[in-house]
Amino acid sequence: MSTLRYRDAVRAAMIEEMERDERVFLVGEEVGHYQGAYKVSEGMLERFGPKRVIDAPITESGFTGISIGAAMVGLRPIVEYMTWNFSAVAFDQILNNAAKIRQMSGGQFSVPIVLRAPNASARQVGSQHSHAMEHFYAQVPGLKVLAPATPADAKGMLKSAIRDEDPVLFMESETLYNVKGEVPDDPELLVPMGVANVAREGKDVTIIAWSRLTHVSLEAAAALEKEGISAEVIDLRSIRPLDEEAIVKSVRKTHRAVVAYEGWPFGGVGAEISDRIQRLAFDDLDAPVLRVSTLDYPMPYNAKLEQHVIPSVPRILEAVNQVLYRS
Amino acid sequence: MSGGDAPGMRTAPTEGSATAPDLGLFTVLQDDGTAAPGVDHGMSLDLAMRAYREIKRLRLLDARMILLQRQGRVGFYGACTGQEATPIATALALAPTDWVFPALRESVMMLVRGFPLRTYIAQVFGNSGDNQKGRQQPSHMSGRAANQVSWSSCIGTQLPQAVGAAWASKLRGDKAAVIGFLGDGATSEPDFHIALNFAGVYRVPCVVICQNNHWAISVPTSRQTASATLAVKGRAYGIPSVRVDGNDVLAIYSVVSAAVARARAGGGPTFIEALTYRIGAHSTSDDPTRYRSQEEVDRWMQRDPLLRLRRYLVAQGTLDDGLDADLEKTMNAEIAAAISEVEALPPPARESIFDDVYAELPWHLREQREELLRSQPAPGHSGG
Ligand SMILES: Cc1ncc(C[n+]2csc(CCOP(=O)(O)OP(=O)(O)O)c2C)c(N)n1
Ligand SMILES: [Mg+2]
Repeated sequence: MSTLRYRDAVRAAMIEEMERDERVFLVGEEVGHYQGAYKVSEGMLERFGPKRVIDAPITESGFTGISIGAAMVGLRPIVEYMTWNFSAVAFDQILNNAAKIRQMSGGQFSVPIVLRAPNASARQVGSQHSHAMEHFYAQVPGLKVLAPATPADAKGMLKSAIRDEDPVLFMESETLYNVKGEVPDDPELLVPMGVANVAREGKDVTIIAWSRLTHVSLEAAAALEKEGISAEVIDLRSIRPLDEEAIVKSVRKTHRAVVAYEGWPFGGVGAEISDRIQRLAFDDLDAPVLRVSTLDYPMPYNAKLEQHVIPSVPRILEAVNQVLYRS
Repeated sequence: MSGGDAPGMRTAPTEGSATAPDLGLFTVLQDDGTAAPGVDHGMSLDLAMRAYREIKRLRLLDARMILLQRQGRVGFYGACTGQEATPIATALALAPTDWVFPALRESVMMLVRGFPLRTYIAQVFGNSGDNQKGRQQPSHMSGRAANQVSWSSCIGTQLPQAVGAAWASKLRGDKAAVIGFLGDGATSEPDFHIALNFAGVYRVPCVVICQNNHWAISVPTSRQTASATLAVKGRAYGIPSVRVDGNDVLAIYSVVSAAVARARAGGGPTFIEALTYRIGAHSTSDDPTRYRSQEEVDRWMQRDPLLRLRRYLVAQGTLDDGLDADLEKTMNAEIAAAISEVEALPPPARESIFDDVYAELPWHLREQREELLRSQPAPGHSGG
């Protein structure tokens, strides 16, 4: 075990996999000489050289398309966007190409590619840099979407993603890059996709979260404990594939559920989870499932307004109180 | 003519004038059926005859497919009629290890490179004979065995992918070149510029070929660009660019062979504009009489690539009327036999829809598959 920051864990996964498999390479804006916009790829250019750590012109659709082509003929690209927001200009390559090439070609071609970047809010970066893009991508069959919350999961899941035969979208968070945690050193220790983690056990209510909101939910659970309420926190880690069983199992135990996440309330992953709970655990529910999401506005820039709009500990507590019928 | 200048002849200098290759027009086949003297086009008579057969077969195949669409037997078709010289001469200039990322009108290159005709036709029917398992629109063929991927319906997206495949080839030290195709209209898409830019910066073994057939559905090339030619656009990206007579098999073969050889030798990308004309409709969903004159079409029929190659082969003593008639008879019979055999095949198994969404079947698709298998199949669909 080593204590690593989230960003170091992401880097460790890339380095180990690039050493293990020479087909793996990293491409993106600023990943080489600049060492990564968030220093995730620090030292990698020196280690692997410019053929495997590649500074790209500023064209997300371009280097996504180029990497899809390289993946179709046998390489295993890791594409870094400066943030997931900028994947919007590569959306066609992801939606109409990466996700469908295996299916449309009758299984002749595959796209073993990893697209990774920080996602969702990042403290006052405004409405165009704060999107929670998992909601757009998780809808698409053919894609896999991961959003780990801890350094250990970041490393173990990115390694799984790089070894996977399908396109995997890997959502990091600028606000998590400095979070420290214990990370296994064993390069063969992978964290599988599609398996949620019980981040905290509890019996009165289930809070379902992923990425940064896992940490916010754990804070909320600690506050609830002081009031004698035992909250279970499920860290999904993987959005597609989704660990439906872990969600249902927890709700069967607690009979109450709150889904806490960044992203707008209309549709999206939170709505999907609520739907599954009401369908699969209807008889076990003692209260309607509630969602604590980003409010239904484009993200404001002002710090106070931003805090109001993104999900917070008080809003999670409020929702928990509601499902427990406490006032 | 409606909506534009004379085809391809904006401010570009006329043929034969000593001028830059991206502004001039490289032609070998002359009107009298001879090859321009002093040009080493590198195409043997045998290979030229092979090109003739392939063009002829494609012409007959396209005509049959359009007829089938009119009869409601297939859903859609995009023909290559009038533009066959470029994809076919290009296919003949490639090695089996080279890759093709086509646009709408180059699917045929797979056939030239050994893909079976029956499987190719099965793709148009989208039935159980189709290697793409009935999932793609017609004219979106692909064949892993022939190193050819399918066109993406979204214009231009195949170009960055072609550059990426070329880049992979360079990184791995393969000797494979990659050919990416587009139409004149696609030069307005960002992906075209992206692809040329990356190709130039990374110096990849990629040959980008634009079939300038003068129309993007109803929009003439003059409404896509104010550039003197399309080839000249390659200059901005530092890529050697050539404008070639796209209805001239010898000229295309020679230009593409040189570009591919340079790519393999590490000399980087080439951009080729092939000047041609779409004789038929854009696709089976189009009526071109609404936007262009018959006179314009007739003018281009005079420059029909099949006719020009035929004249050359006759002059060389390789082809005569009798041989040509025999060829046509044999090919029509071959196509008719393939169609009747393939059309009779059943649709793909209904449970096959869950395959190939992911490398492994996820649990939720497995459940849906089991549910489907418990239900009664629709008429004409055998239970799985
Ligand atoms: C992104 C996108 N926009 C629009 C279309 C609709 N469309 C299909 S073919 C076509 C014209 C293409 O013209 P060109 O590139 O010259 O190719 P050609 O059909 O002449 O071979 C258009 C606009 C599309 N398929 N994709
Ligand atoms: Mg066109």
